[in-house]
Amino acid sequence: MANTNMEKTSRGINKTIIYIVCIGLSLLSILPFWIMFVNATRSTAEIQSGLSLLPSTHFMTNWDVLISKSFDPLKGFLNSLTISGASTICAVYFSSLTAYGLVVYNWKWRQPFFTFIMCVMLIPAQASAIGFYQFMYQMHWTNSFLPLILPSIAAPAIVFFMRQYLLATLSLEIVEAARVDGSGEFATFNKIIMPIMMPAVATQAIFAFVGSWNNLFMPLILLTDKSKYTLPVMVSLLRGDIYKTEFGSIYMGLALTALPLFVIYFLLSRYIIAGVALGGVKE
Amino acid sequence: MRRNGVNYSKYGYIFSIPFIVIFLIFSLYPTLYTAVIGFTDMKGVIPKPIHILDNPFQNFKDLIMENVSFRQSLINTLILWIANFIPQIVLALLLTAWFTNRRLNIKGQGAFKVLLYMPNIITASTIAVLFSTLFAYPMGPVNSLFHALGWSDAPIQFLQDKNTARGIVSFIQFWMWYGNTMIVLIAGVMGINPALFEAASIDGANGIQTFFRVTLPSLRTILLYSLITSMIGGLQMFDIPQLFITPAGGPDNATLTTSVFIYGQAFKGSYMYNKAAAASMIMFIIAAVLSLIVFYLMRDRSEAKLKKQQKMINKAAKAAARGM
Repeated sequence: MANTNMEKTSRGINKTIIYIVCIGLSLLSILPFWIMFVNATRSTAEIQSGLSLLPSTHFMTNWDVLISKSFDPLKGFLNSLTISGASTICAVYFSSLTAYGLVVYNWKWRQPFFTFIMCVMLIPAQASAIGFYQFMYQMHWTNSFLPLILPSIAAPAIVFFMRQYLLATLSLEIVEAARVDGSGEFATFNKIIMPIMMPAVATQAIFAFVGSWNNLFMPLILLTDKSKYTLPVMVSLLRGDIYKTEFGSIYMGLALTALPLFVIYFLLSRYIIAGVALGGVKE
Repeated sequence: MRRNGVNYSKYGYIFSIPFIVIFLIFSLYPTLYTAVIGFTDMKGVIPKPIHILDNPFQNFKDLIMENVSFRQSLINTLILWIANFIPQIVLALLLTAWFTNRRLNIKGQGAFKVLLYMPNIITASTIAVLFSTLFAYPMGPVNSLFHALGWSDAPIQFLQDKNTARGIVSFIQFWMWYGNTMIVLIAGVMGINPALFEAASIDGANGIQTFFRVTLPSLRTILLYSLITSMIGGLQMFDIPQLFITPAGGPDNATLTTSVFIYGQAFKGSYMYNKAAAASMIMFIIAAVLSLIVFYLMRDRSEAKLKKQQKMINKAAKAAARGM
């Protein structure tokens, strides 16, 4: 009896420690962003005088200073939205199409093609960046959004995921039935298969969108015209000399670039967490 | 009535065409082109006719034998990666052990997962500039905090010291990624056959024994997978070191990673496209070797799974036979 009681108490202490650690880590996740949002509303003098966790009243001043110097958050937001939106649509649609081709049809190069996709899945984009830049430069496609959108049509990791999903959920009888009803192969894919794949498409779309939205390397080398900058590239302006001592507006700029992602995250966190879990065990 | 004669296999090719065409144009060609540039004298902003060098491997030789910055960038990438990966995997495993322990029954796991994963979704360049502002000298929030807590008498120049700068960059990477690793590992534990845990508990194993004898061995493949994908990700570490400190890679090249080196060579000042391309190819080879390892790992795993299934079927058949 005494023994089980002692065990219970020690487990109680352990649990308390675990909760303290978890809450501490949660605070560590929140605190930097909290300071960022709070400082976006404080004047530079207030920020320099010390730390505060409560917002102040200088929101508009910071905004005005930020806007007055070559930082155009609305433009950046629209550029990012255009690129991320278009490349997400390309990525999920064409990856689904490729995966469907790999699952439903029995063609000679099916297995070699899939093996090939697995091989190139992990090759980093940076490895081909110099050739990519030179190629785009010769095509006069720098400062165009196309080289940031079109490559997402070939997204090996998404094809891989979609293929696994189709293998698990699609019964070929549906395809057969559509054929009997006289539906063409392409129409079958668009009208019958895409709706079936929606759960997988939604998950992959979230990650494709966030990945494209957060991308810095490619836009940084391709876009030199300030009116074409995406938000991550624009953030690098905040590092420069123009905002050197305007801490309030630097925080304001940072908060603006992070805000859309916080909105997306808190609306979709359940699906995002589930998607991350799926990503790890997809093989 | 020729329906049965229709050969659908051509659609397999047709549906794969967009992927293949885009891959050839935007991925394969640039990679080959990068490789070729690595053997040439291409440099400068204004395009000039380029030539293959007399000794085609001159750029590679220069980088590996003579270029101190490049060697330093490889070493830095390794240091930064190790300093973020080890604490990351240890903490992720610890949290996984806690969250999946049914006897502990930790409440609020959903909320903890959401909060611990959060930094991973926010733009890395925003986070880099945010941390650089938080560690500002002389009066950034961290300096204010240290002063208020009495940890420091005078403001500290965090970004001037090599090891502190490296430590902060590693910490940011760790902070952004441990939640992700944790969620992947928890999903892995959920995938372990519950019968294993039941057997362990019947045999009287305690939580720690169960974790080291049952959970960890079952997670081996997922752990290896996380390790190698993290290595490939680490090789590309760019956003944080590029924007955290100006000039990028400072102080004294302490946070210069291979990607930052490549960017600096090609697009800053000297426009040494050939050197950058050669460095990219070295990075490509390292990534390719790592990818191959992942590839073999995953193949072995599915084969092992098939074997296991076969075994279970055999067992069931035997049991059924006995039952008769």
